[in-house]
Amino acid sequence: MMRFVKGLSTFRRGPWEMVATLLIAVGVFMLMQPFVMWAYTYSFIVTLIGTVMFIIVSHFPESE
Amino acid sequence: MSDKTIERVASATPVRVARKVRGLSDRAVAWIFVGPTIFLLLAINIFPLIWTINLSFTNFKANRPNRVVEYIGLRNYERILSDSDIWLSMQATAHFLFWTLFFQVLIGFTLAWLINKKFRGNDLWTTIIVLPMMLSPAVVGNFWTFLYQPQIGLFNYVVSFFTGRDPSSFEMLGSVDLAPWSIVIVDTWMWTPFVMLICLAGLRSIPDYIYEAAEIDRASKLRQFFTITIPMVLPFLMLAVLFRGIENFKMFDLVVQLTGGGPGSVTEMASINLKREAFEKWRTGYSSAFAIILFVTVFGLASIYVKALNKVKER
Repeated sequence: MMRFVKGLSTFRRGPWEMVATLLIAVGVFMLMQPFVMWAYTYSFIVTLIGTVMFIIVSHFPESE
Repeated sequence: MSDKTIERVASATPVRVARKVRGLSDRAVAWIFVGPTIFLLLAINIFPLIWTINLSFTNFKANRPNRVVEYIGLRNYERILSDSDIWLSMQATAHFLFWTLFFQVLIGFTLAWLINKKFRGNDLWTTIIVLPMMLSPAVVGNFWTFLYQPQIGLFNYVVSFFTGRDPSSFEMLGSVDLAPWSIVIVDTWMWTPFVMLICLAGLRSIPDYIYEAAEIDRASKLRQFFTITIPMVLPFLMLAVLFRGIENFKMFDLVVQLTGGGPGSVTEMASINLKREAFEKWRTGYSSAFAIILFVTVFGLASIYVKALNKVKER
């Protein structure tokens, strides 16, 4: 856990990609889930943030 | 390449062209070759994408080109993301996507595993299994419509043979409960061979000596399957899931042929809804925003898959 937080604070690719991937997955789930409307409403912004973040953080340096 | 060959090729270049090319750097020559492709890519992919993003912020209607186009900000996105009909079409897409991928991976891998065993007529069976994939979706949609006919369709008779139900007592394409499953069945029938072929490539790439080493170590067949076969086929399987997932997310032709989105709108998937908004209601700005939402979703999913694929390859 400490390694993950340290990776985030030092802008390492691995942990940041993990966060972006999680956002995309949550966004897609929110888009297609049949339970609550508000989740559907906010799904696009979550997916968009995740996708843009993924593109940016994939240029970060690798973890040591 | 020998000096003679180089001289022959050089002398074959017309003098006029040779004079023009002389003096260009390697980089410039490379740009001359790559330039047309980049131009085509920009013209066919990038420009329409940017144009669609631009249209998604307007109230443009393609059937009224002379009307004044107004920029309405994010209103199209707001409308789409609070529209319960589009939410339902997303749920229909999710149902189709999940179950087709599930069945295609399960049956495709099993078939590949069986075909990979050495037996007589192996190649013939592979060809027979691969046949549905080679058909046009329009043709497949049409003949499955006949197969699903309650009175004359073969499908209902086969089901009645196994279950004892009257063949005309249920209608696959006309029932609200069965129609989503009918399109899952057809897509699985058509595209399982594709998953099978990719899995077969993965299975055939595993060298025999790994299994021989496992035999020497007295590993059971089940253990060999879970510690050798599955991990080594996984990158191929993920590639198949990626391809089929993206294709099925934007599935259109097969479903239009089979159900046309009905009965009601139970099989109206995102792509069909998008087409209706764009070319039946002519809400071009609105449908552009919808297209961008679908694009971002597919792009995000593809990013995850590519990352996962690279991770599996590194192992």
